[in-house]
Order: sequence, then C-alpha cells, then structure tokens
Amino acid sequence: MNRCPEIITEYMHEYLDGEILPEHKNILTVHLKFCADCRQHFQELEKSIALVKSISHVQAPTDFTQKVLMNLPKEKKKVSVKRWFSRHPVLTAASIFSIFMAASLLSHWSGDDFSVTKNPDLVIENNTAIVPEGETVTGDIVVKNGDIRIDGKVDGSVTVINGEIVNGESYMASAGQVTGDIVEINEAFEWLWYQMKHIFESTMNMLTGKEK
Amino acid sequence: MDEFVKSRIKQVRKGDQNAFGEIVELYKDKVFQLCFRMLGNSHEAEDISQEAFIRAYINIERYNIDRKFSTWLYRIATNLCIDRIRKKKPDYYLDAEVAGTEGLTLYSQIPASQLAPDEEVSKIELQEIIQNEILKLPEKYRAVIVLKYIEELPLLEISKILDLPIGTVKTRIHRGREALRKQLRHI
Repeated sequence: MNRCPEIITEYMHEYLDGEILPEHKNILTVHLKFCADCRQHFQELEKSIALVKSISHVQAPTDFTQKVLMNLPKEKKKVSVKRWFSRHPVLTAASIFSIFMAASLLSHWSGDDFSVTKNPDLVIENNTAIVPEGETVTGDIVVKNGDIRIDGKVDGSVTVINGEIVNGESYMASAGQVTGDIVEINEAFEWLWYQMKHIFESTMNMLTGKEK
Repeated sequence: MDEFVKSRIKQVRKGDQNAFGEIVELYKDKVFQLCFRMLGNSHEAEDISQEAFIRAYINIERYNIDRKFSTWLYRIATNLCIDRIRKKKPDYYLDAEVAGTEGLTLYSQIPASQLAPDEEVSKIELQEIIQNEILKLPEKYRAVIVLKYIEELPLLEISKILDLPIGTVKTRIHRGREALRKQLRHI
C-alpha cells in the first residue's frame, strides 16, 4: 500500500462519490486485483460507510412541534383574528354587528362641536348655555361639548354631555331649579349607555303604543 | 411537495404560525436526526433543533423562496450544531498526560473496549459504537459525513448547506471517510 501511488486512493474516493471516470475505474479495478493492501483499504472504506449508514433513523420527540410553536414570538394580531373569525362565523356576524352599532352610536359622541337644544329663552355665551335669572325654560335641555349655567329655572330635564353644570353666583343647588332629572355624561361608555337606554325606551314606547 | 412548502411559507410570512407548524411537522425528524448525530445526545439535539426552527421562523423574510427550503433549514441547524460543539470543547483531553506519571494518559485508565472475537455485539451496542466514532470526528468532517451518509444528501446540496465549494466538500468527505475507516476497521 505504501508503495502504491496516491492516485489509487483518489480513485477509490471518486468511486465512492459515484463520480469516477471510466478510465480511472479501469485502472482502479486492475490495481485492486493485484494489490492486496489496497483491496483491504478499499474494503475497509466500504465497510465504514455501510456501518455509518446502518445506524437506525431517530425521530423527534412527540411534542416537538407543539414546543416549537409555544416558543415562537407572538403571532401578528391580524392573522389570529382572521383565523378566529373563519372558525366562528356566528360570533363573527354578531361582533361585526355590534361594531357597527357601537360605531354609529359613537359617531354622535366623537363630534367636538358645541350644541344645545334650541330654545328661545336660552342664552349662549362661550360654549356655555345660560338659563337667565328670572326666566323659566320649558322643555328638556341637552347640552353637548359645553357647560350650562342655570341662573333661572328649567321646567324639564337637563342633560350635559362632555361638559358640566356650572352653578350661578348664588351657588344655589341646581336641583332646586330644575323640575326634571339632571344628567352629566362625560365618558364615551356612559354616552353609549345613555344612547342604548334611549333606544330601549323609545322601542318600549313604540311597542306599548305610547307617544313620547 | 415544493409547492406545498412554498404556499405554507407565504402563509408564515403573513404571520400564520399554524402554517409554520405544518412545516415543522414535515422536517422535524430530519433536523432532529442531523442534530442528534452531530451532538450525540438527544437532550441537546432537541434543544438545538428547536432553536433551528425558531430561528427559521424569525428570519423567514430572509429566506429566498426560489431556493430549496430544506437547504436553508439544514444550514441553520448545521451552523447551530457546529457552534454548540465549539462551545463545549472538553476542558480535558484523554491523551493529555496524567499529572505525576510518565507517559500515562487518560486513555490507559479506560477499560479496554476491545471485544473478545467470539462475543456477539448487540445491535444497540454496535449503534452506540458507531455513533461514538462519528462524534470523534472533528466537526468539519462530522458535518459532511452526517449530511452525506445519514441525511443522504447529494454533494451539491451539502455544498450549499455548508456554503463551501463542492471541491472542499469532497475533500472533507474523503478525509472523513479515511478517519472512519481507521476507527471502524476492527469492528
């Protein structure tokens, strides 16, 4: 073997790679016939390959995939939401409905403009509706995105949305000057609740045949 | 198959983790096996193959969809294995001389593993011996031998996985084979 040219070992590896040229293969075959050392060398190479290939195939543990998924960074929201929707069509319909519902109610809320129920006796001053002293306003008053000062009297309910009831200089209890309810609404949620109550009430009135 | 993988990868890029689960199912055994044969113990192999899949997920945008996905995945796994092997290099060597002795190495303190000629080697024992001999190969030879003879991949794919010219891959396989020949000839 030591006396054999290096090239013979090269040819062995070419053969084992499956890339040997026909003329190299002839040289190798002839050489192996006559050289016992090289023959042994070649057989040992083939044997070690066969041994390495013989070790049985191993499999990943059973919970492998689960573990990988558990350790992934958080999924993008939109995908999981999409998948959830496609799995729960009824809930999807219900939630879409409630989104539109809330959106339409909130659209009333989101406006920043000052508005107040029209009434000839009310005085408007810097986003504040004033019930002048000595006057009596008849009917309900709704003030949105502003305050109301009640110096006179209100024959009805007062509702203030996103604002507050400012007492007059006399600091008199405003309740005494208003015959109906006083409601202040300052949160979107309360606004929603107010609207729903409103819708519920008018529906009930419709059902019972009463006119408001 | 390739089309299946491509469509799943597009889903994964949109952030769908369930689609990634299908990819893991498809390749988990191959990747685990690669890591197991490179590292020699199932605990570490699981660690590293888990890590390989997580890295693939995180870097999925960098994967070129026109190339073979398995090549890219094997590359991540192989690199992680090689890193791990380099980090855990033993702090003692068997062939280092034992202090206070002359010419006595740790090898001589290990009971001879030579089997009596008539002793039948069980299949499991034989597999352990072969695995241990693979583990004795330096990592650059170990990687090519595992990819070639255990994962049974073509040379061209191995060269892509390792990002080495095909000539280098061949040389390493040849040297790896010669090393194994010396280690396994007496079995």
